[in-house]
Amino acid sequence: MTVSAPTRPRSAAAVPAGRPRRRLKPGRPIPFGAAIGPTLLLAVWAAGSAAGWIDPRTLSAPWTVVTTAGDLIADGRLQDNLAVSAQRAGLGLAIGTAVGTVLAVLAGLSRWGEAILDGPVQIKRAIPALALLPLLVLWFGIGEQMKVVTITLGVFVPVYIHTHHGLRTIDSRYVELGESLRLRRTAFIRRIVLPGALPGFLLGMRFAVVGAWLSLVVVEQINSTSGIGYMMELAREYGQTDVIIVGLVLYGLLGLLSDGAVRLAQRKALSWRRTLAD
Amino acid sequence: MATHAGGLTASRAVRVHNLARGFGDRVVLDGFDLEIAPGEFVALLGRSGSGKSTLLRALAGLDGDAAGSGLVDVPENSSVVFQDARLLPWQRVLDNVLLGLRGPDATERGRAALAEVGLAGRERAWPNELSGGEQQRVALARALVSEPELLLADEPFGALDALTRLRMHALLRVLHARHRPTVLLVTHDVDEAITLADRVLLLDSGRIAVDLAIDLPAPRSYRQPQFLAYRETLLRALGVDETEG
Ligand SMILES: Nc1ncnc2c1ncn2[C@@H]1O[C@H](COP(=O)(O)OP(=O)(O)OP(=O)(O)O)[C@@H](O)[C@H]1O
Ligand SMILES: [Mg+2]
Repeated sequence: MTVSAPTRPRSAAAVPAGRPRRRLKPGRPIPFGAAIGPTLLLAVWAAGSAAGWIDPRTLSAPWTVVTTAGDLIADGRLQDNLAVSAQRAGLGLAIGTAVGTVLAVLAGLSRWGEAILDGPVQIKRAIPALALLPLLVLWFGIGEQMKVVTITLGVFVPVYIHTHHGLRTIDSRYVELGESLRLRRTAFIRRIVLPGALPGFLLGMRFAVVGAWLSLVVVEQINSTSGIGYMMELAREYGQTDVIIVGLVLYGLLGLLSDGAVRLAQRKALSWRRTLAD
Repeated sequence: MATHAGGLTASRAVRVHNLARGFGDRVVLDGFDLEIAPGEFVALLGRSGSGKSTLLRALAGLDGDAAGSGLVDVPENSSVVFQDARLLPWQRVLDNVLLGLRGPDATERGRAALAEVGLAGRERAWPNELSGGEQQRVALARALVSEPELLLADEPFGALDALTRLRMHALLRVLHARHRPTVLLVTHDVDEAITLADRVLLLDSGRIAVDLAIDLPAPRSYRQPQFLAYRETLLRALGVDETEG
């Protein structure tokens, strides 16, 4: 190698550091990027209603929906139904998350656990929640119990699947480290297994919260006397598209909010990670 | 399975007798014997694939998947330093050092261990915020914080640049002088072995081919004629001829 001056002198100012590298990351995030798509959709809807292209019996105008929402809030129907729905979803989510996590840890840490648990969960995964409903109604009736059980069943599967996968893909070098430090089993689970499976668990939670609201819709539109789903079912009988849309927007908001909450938790809990998205 | 007999020979920190290890048909160690005195610093050289890591893992009791037999008598309280720092990325530096450490003063001891390796003030950092050399220093702190009688290190400086490696050598010498653990250091680097060890072993065909006591006054340096003599002996035994090429 020679260290003589280059034969073709280059201007240092014009080419500061040679040709720039091809960036493989997606680039800088767009400010409020997530809001652009929904805003466009809303604009099309509003324009369509204002211009009279959309029949209000098919789809109420956005402003009608807003005033209806106001009325529903004023007479307390929205809050009451929302509270009932949120309670069902929250209860199902809590029980389902706990069950899914415990089963995943049992199946992930012991061969016997896996042999006994994994098969049934995979079978449950293959059966759509709706298909189980007739059986659940026979077993638990049409009261709250059936609703919470259905939501729980919809929630625990994604939590189990992703937590189990997260557990199984923990680097064996960390397990070896635990052995070399003679960690006790509880310390091993607390310091290595659970944090190692946390990314998988949180991904499972993202599916689980959406799944909880989904199951909620199913159970509330069948034989229910309260909840957002019931409110929408009633509106269908009277042909009130505005109330139906209030319900839809509510479901959407709840889904988005809960997904956002899990993503926030993800960012907080996984701050040690550097990934492509950062 | 190996017999982990305790307290058979009080005057030997490490005693390995008639150890055999293999994977499938491949015999890696066979009829292997080794004794290390308490506080002795032993470096283990050998060609790639000669079985150095296999031996070290046998001593550390980490070779559940290997087939073998023999007697392995090591202190209960031993620590391992791996080639990669192997810090848990989801635990802060101090928590990594405290991993597996028990007792009321654990945190204080962890801080002291970090200060010893020159990382005071970095307790709250995440491992991936540290340089490779710093990460390996954390690993060293974690290995030494439990005051082990035996320190097993498998090419701990292999991934570091030459300058950082020299600093780590100095650090390891200081720490060894202060805590006097028995050390078995696996390395590829002949100079590293001569610089650090009281005794250099060369593993070949599953047995110890060379057992060389290093008798050099400190500070050891390449300029000492005896250093060069040791170096030549070991390189020749490794099959490297420096006059070629
Ligand atoms: N888990 C394993 N399964 C099968 N073979 C193995 C396993 N671990 C080691 N071996 C084999 O045993 C032999 C010795 O391996 P070992 O890792 O002890 O070598 P080494 O001396 O540490 O080499 P290096 O200097 O490259 O690290 C090698 O031939 C290797 O292929
Ligand atoms: Mg090795």
